[in-house]
Amino acid sequence: MANIISDETIEYVGILAKLELSDEEKEAAKSDMGRMLDYIDMLGELDTDDVEPMSHAFPVQNVFREDVVTGTDIRDQILKNAPEEKDGMFVVPKTFD
Amino acid sequence: MSDYETVIGLEVHVELATKTKIFCGCSTEFGGDPNTHTCPVCTGMPGSLPVLNRQVLEYAIAVGLATNCDITRYCKFDRKNYFYPDNPQNYQISQLYLPICRNGHVDIRTESGVEKAVRIHEIHMEEDAGKLIHDDWLDASLVDYNRSGVPLIEIVSEPDMRSAEEVIAYLEKLRMTISYLGASDCKLQEGSMRADVNLSVRKVGETEFGTRTEMKNLNSFKAIARAIAGETERQIDLIESGEKVVQETRRWDDDKECSYAMRSKEDAQDYRYFPDPDLVPISVSEELLDEIRSREPEFREAKIVRYAEEFGLPEKDILLITENKHLADVFEETVACGAPAKKVSNWLMVETMRLLKENNLDPEDIRFSPKNLASLIKLTEDRTVNSTVAKEVFEEMFKSDCDPAKYVEEHGLATQNDEGALRETIQKVIADNPQSVDDYHNGKEKAIGFLVGQTMKAMQGKCDPGSVNKILKELL
Amino acid sequence: MSNITEMDALTLGREIASGNIKVREATESYLSSVKSKDEQYNCYVTVDEEGAMKAADEVQARIDKGGLKGSPLAGVPVAIKDNMCTEGLLTTCSSKILYNFVPTYESTAVAKLRDAGAVILGKTNMDEFAMGSTTETSYFGPTRNPANPEHVPGGSSGGSAAAVAAGECVYALGSDTGGSIRQPASYCGVVGIKPTYGTVSRYGLIAYGSSLDQIGPLTRNVSDAAAVLTAISGHDERDSTSVNKPVVDYTKSLVKDVKDIKIGIPRDYFGEGLDPEVAAAVRGAADVLKNAGASVEEFDLSLVNYAIPAYYTIAAAEASSNLERFDGIKYGYRTEEYAGLHNMYKKSRSEGFGAEVKRRIMLGSFVLSSGYYDAYYLKALKVKALIKKAFDDAFSKYDIILGPVAPTTAPKLGESLSDPIKMYLGDIYTISVNLAGLPGISVPCGTDSDGLPIGVQLLADCFNEEKLFRTAYTYESEK
Repeated sequence: MANIISDETIEYVGILAKLELSDEEKEAAKSDMGRMLDYIDMLGELDTDDVEPMSHAFPVQNVFREDVVTGTDIRDQILKNAPEEKDGMFVVPKTFD
Repeated sequence: MSDYETVIGLEVHVELATKTKIFCGCSTEFGGDPNTHTCPVCTGMPGSLPVLNRQVLEYAIAVGLATNCDITRYCKFDRKNYFYPDNPQNYQISQLYLPICRNGHVDIRTESGVEKAVRIHEIHMEEDAGKLIHDDWLDASLVDYNRSGVPLIEIVSEPDMRSAEEVIAYLEKLRMTISYLGASDCKLQEGSMRADVNLSVRKVGETEFGTRTEMKNLNSFKAIARAIAGETERQIDLIESGEKVVQETRRWDDDKECSYAMRSKEDAQDYRYFPDPDLVPISVSEELLDEIRSREPEFREAKIVRYAEEFGLPEKDILLITENKHLADVFEETVACGAPAKKVSNWLMVETMRLLKENNLDPEDIRFSPKNLASLIKLTEDRTVNSTVAKEVFEEMFKSDCDPAKYVEEHGLATQNDEGALRETIQKVIADNPQSVDDYHNGKEKAIGFLVGQTMKAMQGKCDPGSVNKILKELL
Repeated sequence: MSNITEMDALTLGREIASGNIKVREATESYLSSVKSKDEQYNCYVTVDEEGAMKAADEVQARIDKGGLKGSPLAGVPVAIKDNMCTEGLLTTCSSKILYNFVPTYESTAVAKLRDAGAVILGKTNMDEFAMGSTTETSYFGPTRNPANPEHVPGGSSGGSAAAVAAGECVYALGSDTGGSIRQPASYCGVVGIKPTYGTVSRYGLIAYGSSLDQIGPLTRNVSDAAAVLTAISGHDERDSTSVNKPVVDYTKSLVKDVKDIKIGIPRDYFGEGLDPEVAAAVRGAADVLKNAGASVEEFDLSLVNYAIPAYYTIAAAEASSNLERFDGIKYGYRTEEYAGLHNMYKKSRSEGFGAEVKRRIMLGSFVLSSGYYDAYYLKALKVKALIKKAFDDAFSKYDIILGPVAPTTAPKLGESLSDPIKMYLGDIYTISVNLAGLPGISVPCGTDSDGLPIGVQLLADCFNEEKLFRTAYTYESEK
């Protein structure tokens, strides 16, 4: 296996992705990710120096909406699925110290 | 201290004056109960998709052209990924790889007369975040997404500024340019213009930059000046005591006049930018650029020069009137209606400013039409109304944009031109005030002022004080 | 009528239009079919009996008033994959993290079906967030293949494919990011089409890989697929990637004529790993088309092996970002106990997502992270461009590319998930189609010696669905 994924890397990716893995899951993730990256490294066999990266498979450009208000007050709908709400707002663990 | 120089670059966020949000049709209007200006798109509901507001692109290009930028002819949006509750998707749609404008500059002139160009690295379009409110009762935060998705441009300067004075001149220049374009009202206090200060220090003469910090939460020019002074001192102290400046983001507390690091082990500062696959690239045509260029207004600098030449106004008047484009527009249109420039200027500088201030309004809120102001000035010029009555009429005009001629007519405010009636009144005033008449004859010139006043009062103000004076003297 | 649950959509639609069958009767037949079979197959996450009956009466009323005349699907019961938002109806993506999510808005494809008089029976099971090829990663348990319940139905639209195959709906909508319509269609012996990217609006489709996702129908035959695609396609102002082209009536392409069709068979598709029974069935399908007048030849497509790593890089990267919004704040699952904001995020997400989803989020976050973007993500986008070019070259010579859908028939439950890379290799024939944005259809072409269905895959150049339908229809009629 060419790609060795360290504990630090898994920890770091966990912070980025907001995932907390159990020790068992971490070991599995290290091995899975290492193998996947080995597999992905196969792309290195292709010479892509002069190739433009392609985000969309065909060129659609310049899609706009006009600056016209279409929204109405649908707060009740927006809050309908909230795990916790108060005064028309979503409740989250405190973000201020 | 003096052998150090401060190196400053700015990241300025400006809220664009669109009616709707950048990627959905929700209103951008201020106020409104929490979450009443939201929809599935700006609250990050699953399956919702963004569609770009055309006006955002046009404003961004207009600002770029006015700040001498190259407009990126093929640009894209990228996702900036980070978790925070004010950001409903947990990514912000922004631009990293292909921002709409690059390589611009603005010329600034500081209070003390320093003139220089500040280079603009780039301007990009992005969406604003929602608002977090602390709730003491729950000891939790509450999220309001009304501001989520409000369009912003971020103007990133090169580290070309060396003092708070230059920073303020630069911000003033941006504010003036952008508000003249109508792209934003650029109010620092209200948050429609926000500046993050990137600052480092180095010994004078050094060519390498020092390690910089980024300061946030600067809500006024005064706070910016204090924060720059405070951070400069902090960094010099660190260096002098042999420590290192850490590259970090710091929050300025203007009450305590100090900054503190906004560090957290959960903030990796690794935003994993990549092109947003939900949005398609933008190709800016030459036609669009021409169209936006053709809409560019005359900016303040040009107006200042022209007002002096064309209207011969004093500098004080010119600076005040051109401070705000709407005010300048009212001035120019009123003059175009035939009113003398200085008279128009006086009305704007004195009565208009007073009423705006009293009513807590901005020049944008001026409702009277230039045509009506010109007509009021005409009424004073041909002495149909005297200045006291004119002020009264103006107050009404300021409120309701009434036609002054009609108002004067309906309220019977016109100066009495019937000399017979006036003479009769004056004769009565003379008869009723023998003491004052005596005083006058005894050389007390002031006494005539009292008699004029009495006459005006008896005429209910509807007469011209000059005429009263003349007739009085004649009869006495 | 006893055979309602055996009719195809256009037949049932005609019977309803002519008044021979009432919408209520058709709906009841299917609901009772679901009741008797779904315990065994687990095709549905949610069955909306009440909503379906209400819709049935409304559609009947519209028909009785002379409405829905041009709508061949009016009154026909349909099932919707559970990653499409349905207003007022639970939409879970087969994930714990959305276990209670009831959208207040409708996905465009579903709204179009409702306009066309469709009766929605419920929401079908899938691999969690469409990540998987077996429907075993669902939080609500696996779906079983009606051809043999020991086997998986494929995935990720396994619930939709199995529901069509089992007669638990007349047709279904699925979504296809790397083969998720075509592969389960092949495994279950039904027709499935992934249209050209941009043909069907993605508004309301809960995203997995936004640049690859497309909604499409799973049906009993090619004619139904053409009718359903006609009903759900069209430009949508709410989806920037939706193509602004006039709507095409694909049923006009249901013509038996392939004399002008040049078919290319990629030699590279028939190498190692392809089950000989599948290979034989697919070659048999090519022979049918050749006998019907098409020209058929083999060619080298190239780059076939590179599609999988490119795909998994792009899909995982997009997914890692698309799935960030599931954070326990606005909707869905929030963990019971937590200490502060970031702990709440981490616990809600770790408890709410299953193993395969977490695996892809981790990979996607890594390939986008500082220092790796160019080497992985950008490289994959460049390889995508090369793959697109390889298809462009192929379509300059051929109208249709013909090949297998999957290397094997449906595996047994529990056999696939242990080795992710082996599982990903199963997508080799379907995945490059999504990278290139092409349309592809899976049509049943036989069974293996165990009686498990085999599908043949036909591909066309972008926006050439008409050729695809014509070829598929000809094959279906002549086989």
